[in-house]
Amino acid sequence: MSNPLTREQHLDLYYFMQLNRQLEERMVRLFRQNKIVGGLYSSLGQEAVSVGTCYALEKKDWIAPMIRNIGALLVKGVPPRDIFTQHMAKYTSPTQGKDGTSHFGDLQVRHIVSPISMLGDLIPVMTGVAMAGRYLGQKIVALTWIGDGGSSTGAFHEGLNLAAQQRAPFVLIVENNQWAYSTPVSRQVPVKNLADRAVAYGIRSWIVDGNDVVAVYNTAKEAVDECRAGRGPALIEVKTMRMRGHAQHDPAEYVPKKMFDYWKARDPIALYEKYLTENRIWDAKTKAEIDARIERELDVEQKFAEESPMPPPELAEEGVYCEGCHAIEATWQRAKAEVSPPASSFEPGWEVKDYGAFAEVEAIRKEIAAPVVNASAGNAGGNGAKISKPIVKSGGKPQQKPPVRAVEPEAPEVPRVPFGRGPKDKSVREAQNPRERHAHQNPRDKRGRR
Amino acid sequence: MAPITMIEGIRQAMFEEMDRDPAVVAIGEDIGVYGGAFKATEGLLAKFGRERVIETPISETAIVGAACGMGFLGLRPVAEMQFIDFIACCFNQVTNFVAKSHYLWGAPVPMVIRGPSGGGVHGGPFHSANPEMYFVHTPGLKVIYPSTPSDAKGLLKSAIRDNNPVLFFEHKFLYRRIKEEVPEGDHLVPIGKAIVRRQGDDLTIISYAAMVHTAMEAAEQLAKEGIEAEVIDLRTLLPLDRETILNSVKKTNKLLIVHEDTRTGGIAGEIAAIVCEGAFEDLDGPIARVTALDTPVPYAPTLEERFLPNTEKVVAAARELSKY
Repeated sequence: MSNPLTREQHLDLYYFMQLNRQLEERMVRLFRQNKIVGGLYSSLGQEAVSVGTCYALEKKDWIAPMIRNIGALLVKGVPPRDIFTQHMAKYTSPTQGKDGTSHFGDLQVRHIVSPISMLGDLIPVMTGVAMAGRYLGQKIVALTWIGDGGSSTGAFHEGLNLAAQQRAPFVLIVENNQWAYSTPVSRQVPVKNLADRAVAYGIRSWIVDGNDVVAVYNTAKEAVDECRAGRGPALIEVKTMRMRGHAQHDPAEYVPKKMFDYWKARDPIALYEKYLTENRIWDAKTKAEIDARIERELDVEQKFAEESPMPPPELAEEGVYCEGCHAIEATWQRAKAEVSPPASSFEPGWEVKDYGAFAEVEAIRKEIAAPVVNASAGNAGGNGAKISKPIVKSGGKPQQKPPVRAVEPEAPEVPRVPFGRGPKDKSVREAQNPRERHAHQNPRDKRGRR
Repeated sequence: MAPITMIEGIRQAMFEEMDRDPAVVAIGEDIGVYGGAFKATEGLLAKFGRERVIETPISETAIVGAACGMGFLGLRPVAEMQFIDFIACCFNQVTNFVAKSHYLWGAPVPMVIRGPSGGGVHGGPFHSANPEMYFVHTPGLKVIYPSTPSDAKGLLKSAIRDNNPVLFFEHKFLYRRIKEEVPEGDHLVPIGKAIVRRQGDDLTIISYAAMVHTAMEAAEQLAKEGIEAEVIDLRTLLPLDRETILNSVKKTNKLLIVHEDTRTGGIAGEIAAIVCEGAFEDLDGPIARVTALDTPVPYAPTLEERFLPNTEKVVAAARELSKY
């Protein structure tokens, strides 16, 4: 595989993916010891998505993680102690115990926007970040993730549509991990690929194997570069698999075992280790060194978290309003005079062409216009149910077909699963056969480029 | 200075703040070429250009979300709801994202959401609402609802400079019906401060927005009957100015609350609780309220008239109260 990554960068990708995994494995143990206060959501099997996409960004770029994007936070420079302390609700956590999981951010240094639990809301917010960055001349790209489940929310549509209308430097990673809690993607979304939705917004999209970190990185890099060059926004669908339940309490018995088996054999870290070995980017000694470093670091970070205190109760009353505790100052990287006429060179997001749909209507008329038998010539009454009534009842002039063109959706490749059947049903298993679903996903073949 | 309408006061506030600070931008539907449904942003596009007057698709969630994101980079966006009723479409973005940001992860959201609200203009059930209490019940927001051109201008300017998300309700019945001279220069009105519109010793009438004018009319009628009402205009509903409320009740010993919002869960209940907690011993009679009915806002003039409070209803309630 040819790619522009240096050896150091290759090893970075491994480090972050393995750090991501080992950190989460430790949290599973902490959860079983009742040291995690709330829920624990795993990104096992999805590490290549978080790490590969975030690694394509520059330091100045902005991200907004979802709950399974711990790897992205690590790439952005968040220390593992922040993840531990967040989950353990400690006073030393970024939110001082006011929220858990990946629900924290960093506006000043690392440029991270905190998620909320309601899916899709980050998309318009990060569109606004991208718009503001452009306005201030910062040349930044804003990136966030959404799951297959979250791609059905209204905020997803509104946000992506606004991003497209504004041509915002915004990258949306649609992280298709096959399951929205217990609902398979085929029962949520009636299109073959989630990336197909990009067509409706008139934006570019890619589909990539989410378990191949180099492919993920390369695709994300291309999308980020495009956005930075002013050709945003962009959407990348990464096909991957959630290897645990929705959260720690969920044994995910609804997932067919064969599906887990298939994806387990495609574990992103194991695949990448093989890749590094086959391409002689590392040897066993290097791997051992990195693994040991991760263990050392996590020992220190976990100890810090476990020894940290819970927040003092009176903290609950503080911080509803910003009363001078934060200075709000935009970082201008262009002359302020440029933002107003006549210096502003900003192009409007839309223009009126061809009197709106006039040209399109004319095209449809020409395409389907053909004389038909007029009403007086025969079919009045008979098979009237199928033929629309003529607009004009005239003696000799031929009638026009109504200017309508039916557009049929593409037949889905995967047979629809009848509702009301469980995962043990044969047709359900077949519909979810990951081999079939994955057949066209060659990671080197960046499909869907538009 | 010549007297101006409330809509002009709002427009002036937008112009002055955008002129003063290039971090202030406007975002909303039809706010550019058209100048906004009520022309509150008329002329902004020509002066400040498309980068600062951002016209969007019909997407309230995206408008508020994008404004929030801009706020994270230090801009101060002013988002317009074409009618404030439509804020229901972005309720999640406002109450879960914007309102909680600072408390949870220390991210202030310096943005304003403004829009025309209120009834009395036969707008029907989806163009007449007073949804302020959904947001008064949301910690992290500030909620402003002015009653005069001068306050509208001064409070909007303060809202734009505030580091917190501010919801700014503009009663559309007042947009062009009243005129007032606005102080010259950089006119700012502090958020969170009520004002005593009329002095009186016999009872206190607390109100806000269009109902302030109804309360003032009622007070004039009551004066002819020898009842001197003190009228308080809340101006800001969150945070609420407890001090001004309690001081007045301690003086008059009687309290009537008037609001155009529906009755159950309206701010009258909260004010009554505040007074019971802080001035119960001072009360000479029950706390009374005149409010809209607990129904959607009906369309027909006869129905809407029945729905809304008016001067007669306020006078009648005040007379009853003054018997104690």
